[in-house]
Amino acid sequence: MAEPPYEFVPRDGRQHPPALTPTYKTSVLRSPRIPLWSLQNSLSEVTGPTFRRDQLGPLDHDLILNAAQGQEPIGERIIVHGHVRDGSGRGVPNTLVEVWQANAGGRYRHPNDRYLAPLDPNFGGCGRALTDDEGYYYFRTVKPGAYPFRNHVNSWRPAHIHFSVFGSGFAQRLITQMYFEGDPLLTRDVIAHTVPDEAAMMRLVALLDFEAQVPLDCLAYRFDIVLRGSRQTLFENRLHGG
Amino acid sequence: MTRLPYIPETPSQTAGPFLHIGLLPDRVGLSGMAPIASNVLVSNRTQGERIAIEGRVFDGTGSPCRDVLIELWQADAQGRYPHPADAREGQAPDPAFSGFGRTGTDFATGLFRFETVKPGRVAGRHGYKPMAPHVSLWLAARGINVGLSTRMYFSDEAEANAADPVLAIIEQPSRRLTLIGHREERADGIVYVFDIHLQGERETVFFDV
Repeated sequence: MAEPPYEFVPRDGRQHPPALTPTYKTSVLRSPRIPLWSLQNSLSEVTGPTFRRDQLGPLDHDLILNAAQGQEPIGERIIVHGHVRDGSGRGVPNTLVEVWQANAGGRYRHPNDRYLAPLDPNFGGCGRALTDDEGYYYFRTVKPGAYPFRNHVNSWRPAHIHFSVFGSGFAQRLITQMYFEGDPLLTRDVIAHTVPDEAAMMRLVALLDFEAQVPLDCLAYRFDIVLRGSRQTLFENRLHGG
Repeated sequence: MTRLPYIPETPSQTAGPFLHIGLLPDRVGLSGMAPIASNVLVSNRTQGERIAIEGRVFDGTGSPCRDVLIELWQADAQGRYPHPADAREGQAPDPAFSGFGRTGTDFATGLFRFETVKPGRVAGRHGYKPMAPHVSLWLAARGINVGLSTRMYFSDEAEANAADPVLAIIEQPSRRLTLIGHREERADGIVYVFDIHLQGERETVFFDV
């Protein structure tokens, strides 16, 4: 049977925020209070949706062009790229990576965002890509702006891009946020600091990638994403590595 | 102490209030990108009994949350997953069924709805103890720091539910009931009503999968 080799390594809860983080106030009424029931993986968890390249449009990964209305959006042009890997370091191929973000002024194209910064008519803020055979993905966009949010009266979000990743099985499903190296707002951000372990939180910070920038065009940031490992890749690595 | 060369998982973060832009772009008028999946999993060619799954997600005050992403993953009517890990012999998975649905609770009413087929039974771990028909659900939203996994079972499968190895590990029988969708025969078809309670007396069972 398929289960034992495909089964995922149990999630290490210390890498993640707890459900209840009172400094991030919205979590108080939306956090389960009873511990999660631990479930050994069955077929329902080790399987998951798969997506095809022909489900994506040619500009889906290019947020500079994919909502442009004749001009390009305002803002600092950047590349965001990296690998999706599993806990054994192996690239996760053909997995869907979806992103969303505010525009350069810190405003989202969303009816519930009432921040006074203007919308950019040439920017939507939605992108997606499938990783290649090595697990590599690539987006082009503008750097999102910081914005205030109603947590404390003077709470500000650092610049960030939301990431959603699937992996090969539904138990690997992950949503997270990417931050930017050197952002002074990060140290005060209650959402980034829902992750209690500082070293874990710092893995959400993309580093300026000098080698990957395009001269006279755009800067680049590198953000590698790690999903839970599966016991299958463990076995294969052991066979390969001895 | 020597450390084994495993890389820790990237930490989860809340999906925030604006997740629709990236995950449900048609909800916020972003027409440039066709949704990758929707709440309708069936086409004319899909095999199996047509059903809908409908419900709301309640916060700790009992108010419906109107900004929640809900994803659904399920086997086809024969109990097959369209995925290489489902290597069981027998009938191939239904080519007209992806098994994956995605929607959000309605901005006004808080309701979510999937249109799908009733899944078949799926083999349990190591191929024995088959599981009762069920769908896997995954929730993400503002205020939810790590996506929440749960399952919905079917109220008209009492016998299979009683033998289900996953329901059986839940100690309190009253909590098992939080995972049962209730069958209603409405004029426009079969609907299973499944409300999710994030906390409170009726807190839904969520799984660490």
